[in-house]
Amino acid sequence: MLDECKEGGGNGMSNEMNTNAPLIQVKHLKQYFNISTGFFSSRPLKAVDDISFDIMEGETLGLVGESGCGKTTAGRSLLHLYQPTGGEVWYKGKEIKTKSDINEFRKKATMVFQDPYSSLDPRMTVSDIIGEPLDVHHMYKSREERREKILELMSHVGLNSEHAARYAHEFSGGQRQRVGIARALAVDPDFIVCDEPVSALDVSIQAQVINMFEELQDKMHLTYLFIAHDLLVVRHISDRIAVMYLGRMVELADANEIYDRPLHPYTKALISAVPVPDPKIARANKRIALSGEIPSPLNAPTGCPFHTRCPYAQPICSESMPEFKEVEKGRFVACHLTEQIN
Amino acid sequence: MALLEVNDLHTSFFTDAGEVRAVNGVSFNLERGKVLGIVGESGSGKSVTAYSIMQILAGTGKIVSGSIKFDGQELVSAGEKVMKDIRGNKISIIFQDPMTSLNPTYTIGHQLMEAIMLHTDRDKKQAWDRAVEMLKLVNVNSPEKRMKQYPYEFSGGMRQRVMIAMALACEPDILIADEPTTALDVTIQAGILELMKDIQKEIGMAIIMITHDLGVVAQLCDEVIVMYAGGVCEQGTADEIFYNPCHEYTKGLIRSIPTTSNDGEKLEPISGTPIDLLNMPAGCPFAPRCDAAMKICIREKCERMVINEDHQSACWMNVKKAVETV
Repeated sequence: MLDECKEGGGNGMSNEMNTNAPLIQVKHLKQYFNISTGFFSSRPLKAVDDISFDIMEGETLGLVGESGCGKTTAGRSLLHLYQPTGGEVWYKGKEIKTKSDINEFRKKATMVFQDPYSSLDPRMTVSDIIGEPLDVHHMYKSREERREKILELMSHVGLNSEHAARYAHEFSGGQRQRVGIARALAVDPDFIVCDEPVSALDVSIQAQVINMFEELQDKMHLTYLFIAHDLLVVRHISDRIAVMYLGRMVELADANEIYDRPLHPYTKALISAVPVPDPKIARANKRIALSGEIPSPLNAPTGCPFHTRCPYAQPICSESMPEFKEVEKGRFVACHLTEQIN
Repeated sequence: MALLEVNDLHTSFFTDAGEVRAVNGVSFNLERGKVLGIVGESGSGKSVTAYSIMQILAGTGKIVSGSIKFDGQELVSAGEKVMKDIRGNKISIIFQDPMTSLNPTYTIGHQLMEAIMLHTDRDKKQAWDRAVEMLKLVNVNSPEKRMKQYPYEFSGGMRQRVMIAMALACEPDILIADEPTTALDVTIQAGILELMKDIQKEIGMAIIMITHDLGVVAQLCDEVIVMYAGGVCEQGTADEIFYNPCHEYTKGLIRSIPTTSNDGEKLEPISGTPIDLLNMPAGCPFAPRCDAAMKICIREKCERMVINEDHQSACWMNVKKAVETV
């Protein structure tokens, strides 16, 4: 499966720039949290359960799914913000194992958080927020150099130098998110995990920030893992899209492919549920209704995690876990019935 | 006569920093059985418009002038006693956050029955039956069992269904939905929107749908009001607003959402940041962010103009266009 995964990643590219080797390889990543169920007993909550994918250099991989599906945990555990329960993360062909690996990796891989209000320290000025990663990694020789770097970063994200001495509460949501992005860029990273970076913003501001992500990518040769639940935004910014459900990856394919011709029943339902901002299309749109709600990851169903809500479910679906396999070039689906239902 | 007539409504909040004019001359009519969408960004005054209709403004907020007529009856000067009879009975509201709208210390059944018994003369037994019936209407499974459960035992989508059941229990003429699906996942959102559409057809009530999501508007609404900085930019039928936008702000909003047609291209965002309601400019409030702004836009506010019988807009560009075509 791993080999398939690697190969598939390489072939599924739409962008010519991305024909390079994978920058990040995730192999069988698992992240369990222990939930206490009594005085002495605890049970693992499988937030991320055995996911594998590659991210090519210069690529944007979109990661979508509903709340509680493990997409944020996947991003965090990839960056080793949590100690993964199992699996491996490779950066530029080298596994991240020891503490010094992690430290080196953190200079190259950073994160932009969802909530621009709680992810910035209210007691720090903007220049200290952006300068903190520089302090932590000792990335300047003099105070003058630090100041220059901070001002350069601020100009990259469209903030004025006069904003440097202000506090986060003096800014609007969109500007705060710019501060968060400048902080992520401070260490000159190759790879940024963007965890719902535009969901808290108004539509008109959202477009500004999305454009900025794209410009920065071209200018600084960045690779993104773009986590979001807004499928229209993800489709716009991503080269490939991965869909998660209940801690598992159910489908991975080229962004336009997955949107125009989803193969997994969950992806089909998800895409049909997106409200299209066009009255004529919206009226004609036939939604695939899903019965019930997403099960608790503490009592994940046996077999395919989606079988309890799947309109096509067969006996086999509740018995065995479908393999996440390549069904077409660069297209991965975890479903027993891919051929029957498509 | 329309079911609800709002005429030149002005609502302000009197804060230490000064008067914040949250709603600045909003007028619209809502016909029986229609779905009206109010779209706008945060701070555009869409929620305050709804709260003004219900008169549930925060302590510092006040309706400064204007009139709100429900079924011919003036509400602004009507007083609390009349409003108590209107709220929940004739006009109901559901809020964005289903997590905080329910009381965590009472069962769902208790809260539903409270609403029913307050507005009708049903006894406890009848109220229970009505509550179960309402839960069935909003597709909550095994309603008798669910009645005895507490809000924490419900998921977000289920809580929002309970809120809808509560709002509809007294068969109101108008349901105001203030961003009812913003906190929910897409598949759950689709279910709730479909449910609202079905019930609306069945009961025939009117809905005021407040949202920032143009996708939701496209799916549900017959008519649309676009708000910016407390005022109405444009209003008309959904088709007119989406296919023939006549205000630069509406055009900007539509351009800035990623869709299938602008895929692969750069998005065209609206530049600048939303306006500070404490320092409103003299002219069009959108002029500082408008790429097409002319001298008159900065100097003078544009009054509402009739584009056609289904469409009105307050943008000087319409005058320019008209002059050019003559």
